[in-house]
Amino acid sequence: MTHQPLPRWADLVLLPIVNLAVALLAAGVMVWWVGQDPLEVLKVLLHGAFGTPRGLSYTLYYATTFVFTGLAVAVAFHGGLFNIGGEGQAILGGLGTGLVALWLAASLPAWLMLPLMLLAGALFGMVWAAVPAYLQAYRGSHVVITTIMFNFLASSLLVYLLVNHLKVPGNMSVESAPFADSAKLPSMATFLGWLGIEWPNSPLNTSVFLAVMAAAGVYFFLWHTRLGYELRATGSSARAAAYAGIRPKHQVMLAMGLSGALAGMVGMNEVAGVNGRLLLEYVSGAGFTGIAVSLMGRSHPFGIVLASVLFGALFQGGAEVSFEVRGFSRDMVVMLQGFIVLFSGAMAYVLAPAVGWAVQGLRSPAATTSEKGAAHG
Amino acid sequence: MSDAPAVEMLGISKRFGPVQANADVNLTVARGTVHGIVGENGAGKSTLMSVLYGFYTSDSGSIKVFGQDASIRNAHEAIALGIGMVHQHFMLVDTLTALENVMLGAEPHVLLRKAEAQVRHRLGELMASTGLKVALDALVGDLSVGDRQRLEILKALYRGAKILILDEPTAVLTPQETEQLFGVLNLLRGQGTTILLITHKLKEVMRLCDRVTVMRAGRVVEEVAIADATLEGLAESMVGRKVQMGRVGDSDKPAGATLLQASGLHVVDAMGVARLHDLALELRAGEIVGVAGVSGNGQSELLEVLSGLLVPQQGRMSVGGRQFEARAWIDPRTARTLGLAHVPEDRHERAMVMSFAAWESAVLGYEWLPQYCRVGWMQHPQMRKATVDMMERFDVRPRDAQLLCASFSGGNQQKLVLARELGQSPQVLLVGQPTRGVDIGAIEFIYGQLRAMRDAGCAVLVVSSELDEILALSDRVIVMNQGHVAGELPIEHCNEKTLGMLMIGGGSATPATATTEVAA
Amino acid sequence: MDEAMIGSLIASTLRVSTPLIFCALAGLLSERSGVIDIGLEGKMLFAAFAAGAAGVTFGSTAVALLVAMGTTVLLSWLHGFACVSHRGDQVVSGVAINIIAVGMTAVLGIAWFSQGGQTPPVTTEVRMQALMPGVVASLQGIPVLGQIVGQGFLSHNALVYVALLLVPAVWWLMYRTRFGLRLRAVGENAHMVDAAGVSVVGMRYAALTLNGLLCGLAGSYLVLAQNAAFVPNMTAGRGFMALAALIFGKWHPVKAFWACLLFGFLDAVAIRMQGVALPGIGLVPVQLIQALPYLLTVILLAGFIGRTVAPQALGRPYLKER
Repeated sequence: MTHQPLPRWADLVLLPIVNLAVALLAAGVMVWWVGQDPLEVLKVLLHGAFGTPRGLSYTLYYATTFVFTGLAVAVAFHGGLFNIGGEGQAILGGLGTGLVALWLAASLPAWLMLPLMLLAGALFGMVWAAVPAYLQAYRGSHVVITTIMFNFLASSLLVYLLVNHLKVPGNMSVESAPFADSAKLPSMATFLGWLGIEWPNSPLNTSVFLAVMAAAGVYFFLWHTRLGYELRATGSSARAAAYAGIRPKHQVMLAMGLSGALAGMVGMNEVAGVNGRLLLEYVSGAGFTGIAVSLMGRSHPFGIVLASVLFGALFQGGAEVSFEVRGFSRDMVVMLQGFIVLFSGAMAYVLAPAVGWAVQGLRSPAATTSEKGAAHG
Repeated sequence: MSDAPAVEMLGISKRFGPVQANADVNLTVARGTVHGIVGENGAGKSTLMSVLYGFYTSDSGSIKVFGQDASIRNAHEAIALGIGMVHQHFMLVDTLTALENVMLGAEPHVLLRKAEAQVRHRLGELMASTGLKVALDALVGDLSVGDRQRLEILKALYRGAKILILDEPTAVLTPQETEQLFGVLNLLRGQGTTILLITHKLKEVMRLCDRVTVMRAGRVVEEVAIADATLEGLAESMVGRKVQMGRVGDSDKPAGATLLQASGLHVVDAMGVARLHDLALELRAGEIVGVAGVSGNGQSELLEVLSGLLVPQQGRMSVGGRQFEARAWIDPRTARTLGLAHVPEDRHERAMVMSFAAWESAVLGYEWLPQYCRVGWMQHPQMRKATVDMMERFDVRPRDAQLLCASFSGGNQQKLVLARELGQSPQVLLVGQPTRGVDIGAIEFIYGQLRAMRDAGCAVLVVSSELDEILALSDRVIVMNQGHVAGELPIEHCNEKTLGMLMIGGGSATPATATTEVAA
Repeated sequence: MDEAMIGSLIASTLRVSTPLIFCALAGLLSERSGVIDIGLEGKMLFAAFAAGAAGVTFGSTAVALLVAMGTTVLLSWLHGFACVSHRGDQVVSGVAINIIAVGMTAVLGIAWFSQGGQTPPVTTEVRMQALMPGVVASLQGIPVLGQIVGQGFLSHNALVYVALLLVPAVWWLMYRTRFGLRLRAVGENAHMVDAAGVSVVGMRYAALTLNGLLCGLAGSYLVLAQNAAFVPNMTAGRGFMALAALIFGKWHPVKAFWACLLFGFLDAVAIRMQGVALPGIGLVPVQLIQALPYLLTVILLAGFIGRTVAPQALGRPYLKER
């Protein structure tokens, strides 16, 4: 059965919209089943996410983390790998950022500290992805299983360090000491304040600019550099890449390394930007949301930014809904996220034939005759 | 009805798109005989047997099995009629034992212990009566290739096959194993089993078969009793060409310096079968060397080894002023830097990235060149311009560099690949199946391009399963058989008989002896 | 370490291992047929919720078990629909099921029981009780054996024994029946099985159905035997630990069982080890012990403890080609 490829626009734009619509429908049914009004919920959600500057801030703050984890999954996808370890890599990234902050912040100025913290976060995340990558490339261990294991190892490591070494003695809460000022990213309120703009206080901080830069960076890397070209070739067709002289093992390491580094940048948002200290919960599932974001965004940085804002809106709007609508909680958003992963990911091509049909129905029949020339062979 | 032939296929026709795989084929196989079906690639023998075994339904024609009309819609109906098939690629599970493999799908009992006992008993009887011995409790993964094939035959016989189809059975066997197989087949014939042997190895046919059907381009060209046939006659029928043979080479310059030299190439595949045997080759500037031979005799491995995609177990190669040994073999990137270009046989998987746009696949393998990439940054305008140039030169349609490679027709994809590789002005050009899927109009154009490369001093190696193509292009023809170079002939000395004989492995020919043997 | 401690350690190990055993066997059946199952965690969670909700609503252990198993069978079929009938990515599907489970169980829990996602505790009648309390009591007095055998082995509820019995049962199914032979074949070479006349899709759905039933038991155990109520996210990664045990046990039921016991033992030991210094090593951080199952699996996969060969067809959708 030959699969007629969807035209590019249908594949990149229409299909994701259809998948999202189906996911929303499924979630809407659930909402209705538990006795809520889906449209009412949707209204409150949209207002909560975008209706006020404060709400918008929160939305963008969540989106920032999702951009990092979404880009991480996307880069690995382009290399032909499924990086399910974003959760653990983000934890390690935050750990790196935090450790450097705790160690050096007192003695270094901000313009030196912050880049160092970013570097440390990316590096720690990179290493945490590089080990499973190495095991896949050189020992044949399936990267999906090893990264799942590494997720658990990361949280164990974090708990161990916090409880046994970083906790402030005498304090009840499992947190490190707060960072010195040079290790904190200014909040958006502060930043806009410098520009003379009034902005409400919120967790949104300047790492959102970092996220946008990371998205732009990934875009240019994948489609404008030689390394990105070779990565995409490997992910699309390993045999063609081998023919071109591209080494598969190097590509595995590169894809996962970059992926881990991107996930590691979550630390800049959560640890340096919001909390100003190391604590237990600063990733809380963002690694898995990154998977949903990347699937929705079709592994393209632009799509990922949009999908991240969508998910940020769902998280923020969801929080608002849980205040205003009785019986509703953020778990609804988690469930929707799951539906999105299901329809955009696992069942992505269940709907594709229907979409393809619809698309072809719109075009003239003549356009669909293929021009395979008569030939021997 | 006991005189009815085992198999009667009448007027079988089968078309796949533009290709007429079988055209009005008749086949009658007498009971208890070994019937050979020979032909080159694309002759239609596999299609015919697939129709008999139920993998395909013919467009027209009828089949009778043991005198009864039969409509065979799938493999299970074929098995029910007593037809068994041993495929070229074994259908076995490596981690299960031989016994379990035979039993699978036809287990006589829900409980394995009981089932195994019954099967073991029946198999014991079968093995005794046929002489086919296989260690039933060995894991298939531990069995030799010959044993696995014996197991496949046992599997078919266990399911009651009275008609056994064997598809290129000796392709993967050593000479000793081939002898053993012949012994088994003779025994089975003695017991009344009817055997259909698909092969291109005429010598085996002469030894083993009672009758033989020669196919070419989907038709039966000859059907004769072995007693009345000769090897040369069969070879001629198999290869026979209307195209004029003995073309005078059209390059007026003698071949120049040796640009690529390889020797002692030895390649063994994952199953332990040798694909290239101590092969030596020399390519000279200003010459097109064609590699003829039925596909599967090592031509693909030859291309892969020379281009660096496959590392041989042993061998030496020198190209572009550098020497390579098996331990430190050339890789595709280095090959390109040394001026070696490769148009792969497998266009879909190898030559392009199908999900890339044309302008990206157009630099595949060359993305590191300074004109395409500066300090790691890809030069998109240059890449696009280069693609447009390629499309112009080779008339690739539609002229849209943005289009995904998958959206081009096969012929246009091929032209793009050729444009890419030829466009690098290589010193050595390796080409596999240059015009596969290309429309007729473009074929001559491509030939012209290849000749132009040759005239400009390039050394060209063409591997093709189309003998016509080899004859049209080559200055010198190498015939490969079973991983060896069976012979080498300048184009003037190529005719049906000499080529055919070389292709079936009968008689070697070197230019010197060919001169004296030629009887045009 | 006195016998009371040994007895209690054995009992703990068995109790903690039970859900792992159910899940690992479930994953085994699915993966041996060639379908990757990352969704064990999600299915177990769903089953726990279903068992809790049904147990409270209908007041019957049997109904709770049935509802739980029915739910997970449906989820396994969903996985099958996406991946076996439709060539979807098996890993992504498993991840989706996990995420949906976390969300949906909380949503339904809040909507139905308004206790912040928890279900109310099931009554003692519905909870699984120790199967042989009389035997245990009568063994109390016997030195040595009394505690170890009585407490350790005989004090458990029916589900624990079901899990233990399932190990040889699954082994028997896989290696002594026709179904098992075909199952093993389908996970190695689906083409061969198809050519032999056995439906690949049929086999995989059969495996997935059994997988669903076992996951249902795993989740039910958490609510009917371990806790008394469903708590959001109560599986806490045990589904992944079961996956690790399955791989550590090289996709073999008995070896996977030993791996489950080992991981269960580590878990039981971790709590007891807090604050206890080992001779020569000193204080072992509890997090290290908790991380050991995952660490060991990685080391195994890296090839440092023997070779691991997964079923050949694992993860590859079956496409009939001509």
